[in-house]
Amino acid sequence: MENETKIRIENLNLSIGKSKILKDINVEIPKHKITVILGPSGCGKTTLLKSMNRLTDIYSDIRVSGKILIDGEDILHTDKDVTEIRKRMGLLSQRPYPLPMNIYKNIAFGLKISGRRKKRFLNKRIEHYLKQANLWNEVKDRLKEPAASLSIGQQQRLCLARGLAVDPDIILADEPTSALDPISSQEIEKKFTELKNGYTIVLVTHILRQAIRLADYVIFMYLGEVIEQGPAEQFFKSPQTEITKAYLKGSIN
Amino acid sequence: MRISTGNIFRLRKTWWRFEETFFRSLMIFSSMVIVGVLLLIIFSIMKTGIPALSFEMLTQTPKGGFYFGKEGGILNAIVGSAYLAVGATGLALSIGLPVAIFMNTWLLKHKKTVNIIRFILDLLWGVPSIIYGAIGFMIMIMLGLKTSLLAGIIVVGMFILPIMIRAIDEALKTSPSGLTEASLSLGSTKSELGFKVLAKQCFPGIITAVLLSFGRAIGDAASVLFTTGFTDNIPTSLTQPTATLPLSIFFQLTSPIPEVKNRAYAAAVVLTIIILLTSILSRVFSNRYKKHSIKF
Repeated sequence: MENETKIRIENLNLSIGKSKILKDINVEIPKHKITVILGPSGCGKTTLLKSMNRLTDIYSDIRVSGKILIDGEDILHTDKDVTEIRKRMGLLSQRPYPLPMNIYKNIAFGLKISGRRKKRFLNKRIEHYLKQANLWNEVKDRLKEPAASLSIGQQQRLCLARGLAVDPDIILADEPTSALDPISSQEIEKKFTELKNGYTIVLVTHILRQAIRLADYVIFMYLGEVIEQGPAEQFFKSPQTEITKAYLKGSIN
Repeated sequence: MRISTGNIFRLRKTWWRFEETFFRSLMIFSSMVIVGVLLLIIFSIMKTGIPALSFEMLTQTPKGGFYFGKEGGILNAIVGSAYLAVGATGLALSIGLPVAIFMNTWLLKHKKTVNIIRFILDLLWGVPSIIYGAIGFMIMIMLGLKTSLLAGIIVVGMFILPIMIRAIDEALKTSPSGLTEASLSLGSTKSELGFKVLAKQCFPGIITAVLLSFGRAIGDAASVLFTTGFTDNIPTSLTQPTATLPLSIFFQLTSPIPEVKNRAYAAAVVLTIIILLTSILSRVFSNRYKKHSIKF
């Protein structure tokens, strides 16, 4: 099967103040696959992920150079509004951050700021996305309750539904199961394997087992550099570099 | 004498216990002093004030000879203070909320600038209100304006603005960056982030800021001294001079007649009750919205 590239990152360098966080990143992320960015804590995985939807823009002292091409368009140097770029990507963070509103409005928020205001349309879409995140049956009778009243696993699924509702084609997930219990984690993982048919998923994790379970394509990072990348099977069965071998054996974490 | 390790250990333990007891007693003592002083103030106001408080005082404007112990009330000052404090708080909120949101969304990228702004606001917070009054008065003279409710609202509004901004700013600062990122990644603009997400998340904090500012606005005498003037009538337009409770208390307290002096305490009781009521109301109001805030 042919691999179409969805995101291509060329010579990306990123520094915060005087410390270089990302050094000469060159990666290709295939379309409609789960790409796992793997690596020990503090190696720049999250920063790489956040630079893809330009969340790095909002903080001070960050300098970025290089190119991030999404469908061939460089999102770091474009006339397009940054909100347009961000709408193409749903973000799941390390722990769920539901918006300070009720469950219904949490999902309606993204639709409303995109100009969809018709009640009937909203109701239909909200039901659709809650079902897609396997949350509908649990919340259909309490849509007006605050999102904060949900359990943390439910909140994460709400965040997934909320992200899907703005109709992205990419899902960026930053260790989305790290705050969840094993059962909720499993549900999220299962969801990802279902979703990859329609979405390009980029998943950051430091859990090796999770990477093995989910990955189609792996990017291994260490101290701000990409050490190795390739299809999952090749990566896990015959790693090319010493660092990767050591990591897979468990001697680096 | 031989000192064994066991002895040293026991000695240390005694010392730790003493230290703990000492500091705990100190904390309890300080808390009691603060609460005691507060109760003393409230008690002394109530003791003289409540007997002098009458229905007439709350419902009538001063009649001729009021300040010499004749008939009348302080309705002019109650209504005036309410107009002034509500107006000034409204003005400060409508300027302060956008500024605080601006500092916590657009200016996230410019940490240094924000810190300079915070520093300046903290300085302004510390400027005595009489300075604001004097500057307001100076400008009014330059423009040839008379004392009025509007001038008072503007000057008091400026005076509580730094308090309002910094208090809201502190509330917004507690909002986690993950929430900011979540909102932005949904494609929200920075103003949608600020007004629809952060303001909601920090609603209880904003209420506290409004309350704090309102308390300062209604209780301050120096800034209104030159700017709103004083009158025995209830103002019917923004351009008329207006009486305020703190000044009313001041004028009555300086009277040599004991009956008038007692009325000053009654006015102080009214002022205290107004502040107490707004405080309780805003608590109730902010609790209604607290359920939406995400706890971290």
